[in-house]
Amino acid sequence: MNIRTFEDWRGKPLDGILYECRELLEDMSFPTVRKWRESGGKVVGHFQVYFPEEIVHAAGILPFKVRGAPIEAVQADSRFGSYLCSILKTSLELALSKRVEFEMFVTHPICDAARNLGAVWGRNFSYPCQILYLPQNANSPAAITYLRNEYARLQRDIETISGKPIRERDLRRSMAVYNRNRALLRELYAIKRDTPWLVSADEAYVLAAIGGLMPREEHNELLKTTLPQIAARASKKQDKIRLVFEGGFCEQPPLDLIRAIARSCYVVDDDLLIGLRWILEDVPVDGDPLLNLARAYLETSSYSPVQHDLRKPKEKMLIQRIRNSRADAAILTAAKMCEPGLEEQVAYLHALEAEGIPYFISEFEEKMTTFEHMEIQLETFVENILFS
Amino acid sequence: MGERQQENDIVGRGNREGAQLFRDWFAQLSHTAEKQGHSAYVFVMGSMCELLRAFDLPVVFPEIDSLQMAVRRVAHEYLNQAEDYGYSPDICGYVKADVAVQLRGGQHPMGRIPKPAIAVLTNACNTYIKWAEIWERMYHIPIFTLDVPGTRAAGTQTWPGNPDFENDRRYVQAQIMELIALCERVTGIKFDIDRLRENMRYANEMSRGWKQVLEFNKTRPSLFNALTDGTIYLGVANGFRGSPEGGRFFTNLVEEMAYKAARGIGTATEEKYRLTFIGVPCYPIFRRFNEMFTEWGGTFVHSTYLWFASGGANLGFEYDLARPLESLAEGVLISVRDAMDSMFYQDRAIFEMVDAFHLDGVVYHPIKSCRTTSTGMADNRRSLMAARDIPSLFIESDMMDRRVVGEAQMKNRIDAFFEGLASRKQQEAAAR
Repeated sequence: MNIRTFEDWRGKPLDGILYECRELLEDMSFPTVRKWRESGGKVVGHFQVYFPEEIVHAAGILPFKVRGAPIEAVQADSRFGSYLCSILKTSLELALSKRVEFEMFVTHPICDAARNLGAVWGRNFSYPCQILYLPQNANSPAAITYLRNEYARLQRDIETISGKPIRERDLRRSMAVYNRNRALLRELYAIKRDTPWLVSADEAYVLAAIGGLMPREEHNELLKTTLPQIAARASKKQDKIRLVFEGGFCEQPPLDLIRAIARSCYVVDDDLLIGLRWILEDVPVDGDPLLNLARAYLETSSYSPVQHDLRKPKEKMLIQRIRNSRADAAILTAAKMCEPGLEEQVAYLHALEAEGIPYFISEFEEKMTTFEHMEIQLETFVENILFS
Repeated sequence: MGERQQENDIVGRGNREGAQLFRDWFAQLSHTAEKQGHSAYVFVMGSMCELLRAFDLPVVFPEIDSLQMAVRRVAHEYLNQAEDYGYSPDICGYVKADVAVQLRGGQHPMGRIPKPAIAVLTNACNTYIKWAEIWERMYHIPIFTLDVPGTRAAGTQTWPGNPDFENDRRYVQAQIMELIALCERVTGIKFDIDRLRENMRYANEMSRGWKQVLEFNKTRPSLFNALTDGTIYLGVANGFRGSPEGGRFFTNLVEEMAYKAARGIGTATEEKYRLTFIGVPCYPIFRRFNEMFTEWGGTFVHSTYLWFASGGANLGFEYDLARPLESLAEGVLISVRDAMDSMFYQDRAIFEMVDAFHLDGVVYHPIKSCRTTSTGMADNRRSLMAARDIPSLFIESDMMDRRVVGEAQMKNRIDAFFEGLASRKQQEAAAR
């Protein structure tokens, strides 16, 4: 379908575009998805972290990145126990409250809680809900072929939803769209890394995050328009420390939290919504498309606490991220009750201590509304670095 | 031998033999540790013991070590140590207790465990992966994640011959071949398929017996308490899988259950209410927890714990010894998948259990430590309440951390549950 779901930014100056993007991201009625549906479009919701959206896109369906929301889990609360992360509850709440509606929901074995989500969702909705079993033995030579065939299984299920077969040429076209999108996101992150005074952490986050809410062609158009304007900004470099933000791979911190961090630091790299940037290079569009997607997931990809890969020891990857971005320090955070995130924090802090890299430990929740305490602590941390 | 003597010998034999096997096992592990020997660290859901025993690798189950610490009421000492090291109060208590054991050079309340030479895990629980990463960092040992794809959606399990099943099976089998090569490298022992076949024969004996034992508890009165006796049987099902002792234990246990069934010998509880237990037991107050139910005449005749914590051995899958490697892949895939289903898609099985086991109530026990077993429970309960007219109880606590076990509050809720059950029985009797 060729529908434009987000028009408000067009014809506006950069600050106006950023304002509209922020408004869209914080609008919990999801107007882009509503517009898509009103035009007869179907939607597949997929939970964090990574999902091969290309397959859904090729079917003419809108892939929607389910990443929780800063809302109260009014109905979802009774479906879960006490000791769970917020994203699990608010994601279900989005669907129960009909803020977003799907034809299909897919979750992944990223953690013990997320894996349960497929069954919970399936008991509450009549549309298909399933787990896409991304391989958890990334080092097995058999994993690529397994994943290629798992993608083929998923493709069959999506074809059932769309009512028509996905042709190879559709898939190749979608892969090209997503390759372009990831390239533009890499450009955005290059600006963040090399000239962080041109784009604040919250602005960059908003620009990247809205990609999960609209057809990716539209996101590409938006980024293509805004990135040169950002690069041309006249902002001056300030005396802020450069740091890496680690811990935003699944549940998302509130935008105001990112803004609060940006007030005292340059966030030169992060793992926020890492699934959007999971694949690091263009996926070849020739050959077997599903095999190429499978290979890219395993061979040319980023890292996160929810993937074990002997080639990517996470603390070494973090140190590499810090070095590559020339960061002075790191914020090691985790969503409350996020078991993989909290466990990884320990490895991270021991590794950073061994390297002599300063770090700031914290926890967050997507529904947090006050950040003053954290901001004061962070300012003290920054001053210690600046004046030591 | 007189009838009384025979009864004394057979009744309770499973518990006596199980306890002895455990003492011997821990003693053997301590001995290995003292000699600076190594071991394989494994987990209850997909331990691969059949294979590891073919390489003379003693197996250590850190989950079992951890639960023993809770039962012996010393878990808090270990949890505190791990939290001091940096671990959050909000992660799995089993993991933290094990971290403390490792920091203490393997010392734990039952002895000492040897250092690992390898860790083998499945993805049945994601925390297994994070846990093994800790050993990888501590000991720089190879860790092997045997990735077993689970059921994609409720009721869509595939079986041999289905292309999706075959894709999964090929993946599992390829990994098993990689694991064999890794074990050869780690131990220096050449793989002997006949040793594997022999171990698989013992595992078959165990799985056959385990399935029968679980079925036996459909009888009235129930023959064993699924929570207390069941935990002992589970320990053997895990620690001795693929060994002659393990196979023999379950053959003897079937004999014991048949003997008790024929004579109407039930558990010690006067059985007023037949219950099933969903989740992992409350080990920090294990005995007291059970008493809160038995004091009212409640007995646990079944538990999903006996399914998932046996790695799906409850299915009774028996390997085809004529084609051991293919069959091992098939068996691991089907059994571990079933263990995962027992946690994620348990609602359908519980519906069936209500009639098959003549249940009066269902007890859900979500715990802070374990998202795998606990995340879906509240929703599961809603589903049960919508589908069946059976009372249920939902109590949250933990399997390790006594800080989140509120005994008095728990007792209040359990008492209220039984008062409800009693009232319901009275109303049913009056309606007759």
